[in-house]
Amino acid sequence: MSESPQATPQAQNKPQKAESASRGVGRVMKYMAVRLVTLFITVVIGVYLTILIANMGGYVDQIRRGEIQEAAQQRVLTDQALKNLPPEARTKRLEEIIKLEEKRYGLDKPFVVRSMGYLSDAVTLSLGRSQNISSDSGSRQVRLILLERLPATVLLFGTADLLLFFVSLFIGLALSRRYGSFWDKFIVTLSPLSAAPGWFFGIFLIAFFSAYLRILPFGGMVAVPPPDNRLDYFISLLYHMILPVLAITVSSIFISAYGNRTFFLIYSSEDYVEMAKAKGLKSQDVERRYVLRPTLPTIITGFAFTLIGLWTGAPIFETVFNWPGLGRVIFQAVGLYDTPVIVASVVLFAYLLAITVFLLDFIYALVDPRVKIGGEGKSA
Amino acid sequence: MKSLLRFFNDLKQYPSAIASMVIILILLGISVYTLVTIPYAEAVRLWRGGEDVWYQLPKTVPPAWVNSFSATKLPDTIILNTATDPSLKTGEEPSGDGKRINMEFTFDFPYDEFPQEMSLYLKAKYDEKAPFVSLTWFKPDGSKISLGNFSMQGATQNFRFSQDPKLKNRFGEVQPQEALLAVKGSDPLQVEKGQYKLQVQAITFEKESEINVEFIEYGKVYGIAGTDHMRRNLMVALLWGMPVALSFGLIAALGTSIASMIIAAFGAWFGGWIDELIQRVTEINSVLPFLPILIMVGTFYSRSIFTILAVTILLSIFGLSIKNYRAIFLQVREMPYIEAARAYGASNSRIILNYLVPRIIPLLVPGLVTGIPSYVFLEASLSVLGLGDPVLPTWGKIIQDAEFNGALYQGMYYWVMEPAILLMITGLAFSMLGFALDRIFNPRLRGM
Repeated sequence: MSESPQATPQAQNKPQKAESASRGVGRVMKYMAVRLVTLFITVVIGVYLTILIANMGGYVDQIRRGEIQEAAQQRVLTDQALKNLPPEARTKRLEEIIKLEEKRYGLDKPFVVRSMGYLSDAVTLSLGRSQNISSDSGSRQVRLILLERLPATVLLFGTADLLLFFVSLFIGLALSRRYGSFWDKFIVTLSPLSAAPGWFFGIFLIAFFSAYLRILPFGGMVAVPPPDNRLDYFISLLYHMILPVLAITVSSIFISAYGNRTFFLIYSSEDYVEMAKAKGLKSQDVERRYVLRPTLPTIITGFAFTLIGLWTGAPIFETVFNWPGLGRVIFQAVGLYDTPVIVASVVLFAYLLAITVFLLDFIYALVDPRVKIGGEGKSA
Repeated sequence: MKSLLRFFNDLKQYPSAIASMVIILILLGISVYTLVTIPYAEAVRLWRGGEDVWYQLPKTVPPAWVNSFSATKLPDTIILNTATDPSLKTGEEPSGDGKRINMEFTFDFPYDEFPQEMSLYLKAKYDEKAPFVSLTWFKPDGSKISLGNFSMQGATQNFRFSQDPKLKNRFGEVQPQEALLAVKGSDPLQVEKGQYKLQVQAITFEKESEINVEFIEYGKVYGIAGTDHMRRNLMVALLWGMPVALSFGLIAALGTSIASMIIAAFGAWFGGWIDELIQRVTEINSVLPFLPILIMVGTFYSRSIFTILAVTILLSIFGLSIKNYRAIFLQVREMPYIEAARAYGASNSRIILNYLVPRIIPLLVPGLVTGIPSYVFLEASLSVLGLGDPVLPTWGKIIQDAEFNGALYQGMYYWVMEPAILLMITGLAFSMLGFALDRIFNPRLRGM
């Protein structure tokens, strides 16, 4: 019944001398390839689940049927030969075309067979045309609509997360140096504040900076109308990013700084750190080589999970800040009941999450020597 | 019992924990009070009621206590109704077949700003010939203004000062409800403070004919919480939001942590394919975007709070915590007391539920309490996105209404801030308690 808990690390079984750099790179590449395939399979299963959820009420079928109907009507309207038919014959012909097309798309087949078709469509994001929403360039293609919004989302949350990462790292380091000081206690006391999500702080920030002081915009990504000049555009973008980035930072900074500081404290009480100090190394070197290094994997995991949290919260956050990203598209699609867009954006979010996990694995492989040397890929 | 006492002694060392527990108790008390005084059906009726329920309240006004913080006093709402207060009918004399009824609405107006609106609601009982009404306005200095006279157009009639064409005509640019209360010739208009009187003289033409008049001066503040764009008293939703938020947070956090703990225990105990399956499901769950899927379910299926709650729990079970629990169970599994249990022939389920699971409850509690705020905010997020329960009044819904009506842009801060601050208090209370519990149960963190 009980097997040995966790196989002992293989690295211990076959002691290896320092490997050549190329072999290390090779291992990392192999590891990443395996991760990539696993993650892709995971995403495919996730997307299939999404389709199941969406289709439980027959919604994906509705998308298809709607599309077929539209196409058939277009055909009947434009076909000269059909135009001259009497109305009844024309309706009959229309129904025939629709039936034929439905058969062609396999709408008469059982759901399991059909769902495979949807799966491949969803994975490639070719979910056809939206019902109401159109992209800024006027297209109704769901893929274009979403891909147009993607950069805005990535820009906002990527910037905020990077900023958060570095700021909380430095604050964490600074606090661990001054353990027990006023600022240390201050941050620890404030850490429960992070229970509230970014959009929530956003409301307070908008109320203060935009509504009361009137010095920052209420929302949006650039001024209306957008500036022609590149530099002006960039400045306007920065100006509009202040509040959202600030909101995200405020909502997570205390807990991240607190977490980092606690890790640093735990690691700086290790014997080898004392040893390094005793050797007379500069405190900066001690921090960098002996404290920061072993905590890095944990901190990077925290960074990735924050990013995942941000992606997931995008619909509400972007709605509050009127930020024209992916999340806001979902909100608009809900309002207009635009099924293809909703399903497709859920799929795209799944991709974003998977890419983040992949990036996490990649950085992990770089900083965690176990991946480079040992073969135990799973524990990452 | 002893351990419980020790626990409370530990807790006493954390003032933040005591404070947060007091706050939580107060919130629970208010919730119970709300559920008793405003039952579910009543809350739904009030919140979904339109003008017929809320006609007496002014539109989008801040709470009355803002007056204590500002030098200019905003007017309160004054309601005078002859149906409930017969002393307003000052005289009655027969005239022809009917009566001549004199009604006087006297009120003090000591405020610095003009009312939002003034209205008369007339209700008459007659068979064929409707009563005739004439209105006269008396200012504090004694001057009087005739507001007009008319035959009633039906059994009920509303006379809105700001909408009356004759009054609008007479005062031109200035709103009638402002002109009537202003110091003569002041520019900009200034309120003439003092006692005002509106005289309503009605003549009925039938023996059984009756008339009742309600005069409402709509102020610019209302009650403890203010009102929204549909004249609804925000207090209803603020009160009702509390039990909704608390129960959603508690049930979701409790359901999620207990379910994931038990699943993790089964996985760690049986190992093999069960463990493998749980791990794979967790991995798949990690790429499922939580909020977008909830949005999808809310749009396609149902926005009922129970559906959303069920989906929330389902999607959260296989989250991060299951990995932590698994790691701990793998350690606990190897402990001697488990071996002893196995030696005396305890069944699998007995070992899991009686020996493994209780072992990590101390770890579960802080996580559970810290998890509550995230679910409280999740419910609010969904409401703000317009996917809240269709009938229940909640905090998130107030924020959504406010955002939709540009409350912040127009400076109606109270509308957003009241639910937001309540959310903040609730979230902070649980999260502070969770942090303190974490230190009590995990002595490793205690010094930090």
